[in-house]
Amino acid sequence: MDRKTNLKDWTLFLGFAAVVLCLPIILDPIGANYPDLLQKIAIFGIFAIGFNILFGLTGYLSFGHAAFIGVGSYMSLWSFKLLTMNVLPAIAFSVILAGMFAYLIGFVSLRRSGIYFSILTLAFAQMSYSLAYSVLTPITNGETGLQTRAIRTDPATSLLDGDIRIIDQALGIQEASVPTTHFFGMAMSGYTGFYFCAVLLIICFFIAQRLTNSNFGMMLKAIKSNQNRLNYTGIHTRPYLIAAFVISGMYAGLAGSLMAVTDPIAGAERMQWTASGEVVLMTILGGVGTLVGPVLGAGIIKYAEQKVSSWNEGILDSFFSFLPEGLQHFMSGLGALFVGEGWHTTLGLLFMIIVIFLPGGIMEGIRRIAAVFARKSKSNNTSAAAPQPAE
Amino acid sequence: MSAAEDIANEPGRGFDRGTANTVLHIDDVHKSFSGLHALSDVDLDVREGETHAIIGPNGAGKSTLLNVCVGRLKPDRGAVVFDGEVLTGKHPHEINQLGVARVFQTPEVFPELSVLENVMVPALSKRDGHFRLNPFKNFFGEKALRDEAENVLESVGLQAQLTDMASVMSRGDKRRLELAMGLIQHPRLLLLDEPTAGMARHDTNATIDLLKKIKEGGMTKVIIEHDMHVVFSLADRISVLAGGRIIAQGTPDEIKENPKVKEAYLGEEQV
Repeated sequence: MDRKTNLKDWTLFLGFAAVVLCLPIILDPIGANYPDLLQKIAIFGIFAIGFNILFGLTGYLSFGHAAFIGVGSYMSLWSFKLLTMNVLPAIAFSVILAGMFAYLIGFVSLRRSGIYFSILTLAFAQMSYSLAYSVLTPITNGETGLQTRAIRTDPATSLLDGDIRIIDQALGIQEASVPTTHFFGMAMSGYTGFYFCAVLLIICFFIAQRLTNSNFGMMLKAIKSNQNRLNYTGIHTRPYLIAAFVISGMYAGLAGSLMAVTDPIAGAERMQWTASGEVVLMTILGGVGTLVGPVLGAGIIKYAEQKVSSWNEGILDSFFSFLPEGLQHFMSGLGALFVGEGWHTTLGLLFMIIVIFLPGGIMEGIRRIAAVFARKSKSNNTSAAAPQPAE
Repeated sequence: MSAAEDIANEPGRGFDRGTANTVLHIDDVHKSFSGLHALSDVDLDVREGETHAIIGPNGAGKSTLLNVCVGRLKPDRGAVVFDGEVLTGKHPHEINQLGVARVFQTPEVFPELSVLENVMVPALSKRDGHFRLNPFKNFFGEKALRDEAENVLESVGLQAQLTDMASVMSRGDKRRLELAMGLIQHPRLLLLDEPTAGMARHDTNATIDLLKKIKEGGMTKVIIEHDMHVVFSLADRISVLAGGRIIAQGTPDEIKENPKVKEAYLGEEQV
């Protein structure tokens, strides 16, 4: 491999890993240093990186990826209920099952492209959502949601109301009345939970980076660029698309599993189309087809969701307290439309601005700013080197 | 049983698969669009190593014939046989993997990829087949393919544009790029649909020289071209299509003297 490209890739990877591991310090000044938010940023970062493998590289826009989140979450919960509270088997089973489910959906949906593909994936996800509330209630526990319980003492008790945890029982592990997930003894809550998710995010980023730069990744980019031409070049594009869809689904399954790991409850709302739409927003906001962009988009949206949605008119009143009273009330009243429950309006506006002015997302903005600085420094060097006229 | 085998085994078909030195055999191909006969009873043999030009006025069915050959269109009747294998009913990628490459009339490249990547993708296809899941083999670490791609790009005069995006290239450069994409696969049969259209005279002559050089390597070519300078510079044999039918076949000298061709296409004063 070209040494310069290799160095650039490793620099990007190590920079990314350093930023992720230092997130609690980096986000502290903006009041985002608390485990719940940090965990969400890491988990949705994984989801967005995986989604970008499909959407960013092949151009196929899926509106059904939330289904894999749901599959991952339910599978993990069942692993906790039946086998052990150790997260390792839960994650492994979730990723495998999500991959199998993605293969089924991909096999059918990828017979079409463009809007028809998007509609098919949306239909599958909504179907899964409805099934979770109806036919599959014995597995999903319907509206109540699936959660871990204490080990049942009476075999007649339903598995939904009492767990068995065969492995934990066989190993004689004693547990508290409210069982907690752990990774070989390390509880998956608080900062430990975040660092566990952060390490997985870094691994996922590394895999995505390798995939993007591989022969396989190049074929996916060629599909996005001109699928028809690729067929006449001797490439059967469908298996490549199915592989990308399955990998992407496995990433989503992992994200769903981590949601259950950090908060052991799973509900069907995770499979709703809004969750699929959210990852589309994250990817476009950060920068489609870039490696860092989707994670950045996930971070911004999760931060805004937690922060902006918690603001209310009272906070805005104190923010605008320097204004005359009438103007203060007007401004806080106006601002109230965009905070609290109205934070989706803010998100919508932000999304529109990005799509109109920065179609390449925030990463394009960063590139443009970098280009301006590069030009300035170049022109400074040129003028410094230019011969000065004699006085 | 595949669609191709279905056609081959169709009762009463009995088409021949060409003679020993025939690479491409088009057998009684018929294609119509909403009642309009684009191709009627087309029979054509292309011999090993020759450059076979297909000429004809606009709307004669030349591009339709190429589309039938590469699997883009399915004929209503008849079959296309390449090297003893029935192509009709096969998918475009299968036909390419058998050794048939095509250069399109309107340049078909990968606009968001660099010039070098555009040529390395077909080279990978040739080496790895129609699908190979190699997710951790670094594309830019494929030194042998890269060197080969650079050589082919040099032969078409694009060595200075390796890192340029294909989307920003001129139409003439895109044509040369597409030619490079076909050449790097070393196909047994190269189908060229107006390869010099949109090129300046200097570039056209360079392309003729390049195609002559390839001819020395023994690659069989079918070329559709309007520019008679290109046709008579390159063709060993010519078939003339008019109204979807082949009205004449022969060497360039025979075609020049053929009264049907004069009447249908070339015009007295041009010949």
